[in-house]
Amino acid sequence: MKLTGAEILCETLTRLGVRHIFGYPGGAILPVYDALGKSRLHHILVRHEQGATHMADGYARASGGVGVAMATSGPGATNMVTGIATAMLDSSPVVCITGQVSSKLLGSDAFQEVDITGITMPITKYNVVVSKVEDIARTVREAFLIANSGRPGPVLVDVTKDAQQASAEFEWDACAPKLPPKRVRRNHDQEEFDRAVELLNSAKRPVILAGRGILLSGAMQTFEKFVHTSNIPVAMTLLGIGCFPASDPLNLGMMGMHGEAWVNTAIQEADLLIAVGMRFDDRVTGDLRTYARNARKIHIEVDRAEINKNVKVDAAIIGDAGETLEALLPHVHERDHSAWVAHIQQLKGDSAVRDIQSLPDTGHLYAAHVINDLWKATQGNAVVVTDVGQHQMWEAQYYHYNQPRTLITSGGLGTMGFALPAAIGAKMARPDAEVWVVAGDGGFQMTMCELATIVQEKLNVKIAIINNGYLGMVRQWQEFFYDKRYVATPLVAPNFAALANSFGIRGETVTARKEVIPAIESARNSDQAVLIDFRVEQEDSVYPMVPAGAALHDMIRRPHNPLVETASEP
Amino acid sequence: MQTIVAYVENKPGVLNRVASLTRRLAINIDSLTVGPTENEEIARMTICAHTDERGAHRLEASLENLVDVLLAENITDRPMLERDLALIKVAADQQNRPHLMELIKVFRGRVVDVAPESLIVEVSGTVDKIDGLLEVLRPFGVLEMARTGRIAMTRGNDLLRPPAEAGPKSADAKAPARK
Repeated sequence: MKLTGAEILCETLTRLGVRHIFGYPGGAILPVYDALGKSRLHHILVRHEQGATHMADGYARASGGVGVAMATSGPGATNMVTGIATAMLDSSPVVCITGQVSSKLLGSDAFQEVDITGITMPITKYNVVVSKVEDIARTVREAFLIANSGRPGPVLVDVTKDAQQASAEFEWDACAPKLPPKRVRRNHDQEEFDRAVELLNSAKRPVILAGRGILLSGAMQTFEKFVHTSNIPVAMTLLGIGCFPASDPLNLGMMGMHGEAWVNTAIQEADLLIAVGMRFDDRVTGDLRTYARNARKIHIEVDRAEINKNVKVDAAIIGDAGETLEALLPHVHERDHSAWVAHIQQLKGDSAVRDIQSLPDTGHLYAAHVINDLWKATQGNAVVVTDVGQHQMWEAQYYHYNQPRTLITSGGLGTMGFALPAAIGAKMARPDAEVWVVAGDGGFQMTMCELATIVQEKLNVKIAIINNGYLGMVRQWQEFFYDKRYVATPLVAPNFAALANSFGIRGETVTARKEVIPAIESARNSDQAVLIDFRVEQEDSVYPMVPAGAALHDMIRRPHNPLVETASEP
Repeated sequence: MQTIVAYVENKPGVLNRVASLTRRLAINIDSLTVGPTENEEIARMTICAHTDERGAHRLEASLENLVDVLLAENITDRPMLERDLALIKVAADQQNRPHLMELIKVFRGRVVDVAPESLIVEVSGTVDKIDGLLEVLRPFGVLEMARTGRIAMTRGNDLLRPPAEAGPKSADAKAPARK
């Protein structure tokens, strides 16, 4: 069957199981858009290409599959850069397809020509220019394979306009992926494995550090079995949240810079850390010289390059989290760590007893209340997509996730503006799920143009803006470390409710605590998008906090006076 | 100094990817050589980098994460040969030429070009040996020098061959495959 390159591209995507493409048309990708119109693929018109990549990313994170973003050459492609880097840092399988000027114009500074493969080389797992129609199908199939295998990541395929327009014979079997013949490493090292087993079975104060690798491997059940066999308490990275139910007594919560004090203290007191699918990011470890000095370390990780990168470990097992845990399980003894767990419970002190919900209403509206109320109202069953900053940390502390892929957030890159577009992607991937955007007034203003996309696609996405009139997290750093000199952090915002109205979205403003639950319930009862602008306490801070570069046990604790001083029990 | 040997796809842009990676890891390359292998689709690289063992592990593993790199291996601590080749143009006149020739002979260099006021020496060997020759030639006046950078090979039965079989992945990854 003879098809044009553009048709081949659409046909290949369809056969790979793609149903949704997030994109923005332009000159160099027009042939593909013409073919898209004749295909069964659903194209979601975004308002900015950064949004397209975040949507594809959100789609991938919510579904566990590959998300696809599309843009034209030049500015279309460069607008994707932030979204690609976001996907790279959080190992998210995203395939970006960009148009490129015709191959005979390459290198001539033609209109809207940019070397996008050169630009995105360090922030993609792989990228490639396709200038021959015969190579399109195979390359796209390879892109999917690379994006979603091993440690996933973004792949960019740049297709020249002449390749889109030319015709070629299309036969599925003839264009099978043909990746270079890589060495197959025999990852199983019996010595390391045995050492890990011995450490596991002899530790007295062990802590498991659970990361996104467990979610990416789809190893939630195996992990749960592993935890309940070994009876070892679990601390989670931000991106690991959801891999193990928050309601489980062995789940300690999030660790690191804004982890609860008992979690970080437990890590510092531990005699064994078992890191699963996490990479000892600096936000997790604090100062490396003082990090878990008394602990031996086991690292279970799919990417060999992560071993001993930040933290030197005693036993490294390279491989998929699920497969590795499965292999370890028969060797792990059932052990009683109740004394150790009881000790950690004691570290919680009374902070866990004083539920934030039971604090008296003094008329102040705190972000933590809003987020905790949202958790109560949705019974923790919603998919929550956060932006970056204070609200993101409160979200991790006060919303308790029992299901995998229900917290979607930009961890590694910390990309403001991520929430709204990523939530659109998540909603497309899981149309039956209740999807909430939780964003600050700063990050929301970065990509709020995508409200139009919500309306155009008639999506039922709920939006909670945690509005404190500041770039809150930066303001907090200025408060703590720059003597309260609030330079460039107070920010003016539009009336978000009125803004939503102008898009045709119902908007509400909430200023008092008693209005929070009715507003959330009213939004939940609507079958359309609703935006709620929560005007919260302006100079509230996230506690505890390990200052950047400080030891993990060196935390700025919650002050005793302000209302939001306690954690909430899941 | 760490020595890493890599087999890569012999196609445009691969060198760029390798260079981009070392830059991103903030590892300084002392020398990087690329040449074809007996299989024209595969090229072999020898990378000598200023880093420690940990840095070398990171570089080696990250190299192998690149799609176009078939294999990367740190051979620093293995029995191996390292060779560098240099062409050195030295100032020479009637008087000192015989003396110069004697010195070059000691270093097993070859004179490959003779002109009225200079000569070109070709010398290969370890970096130390070439540096040694350079040291004794310097007083005569080194006018120009070109060096290839190091190539390295492990000794004896320690074979470092490119993988022949296709990788394990050939089935398509599906888009919304939910796990």
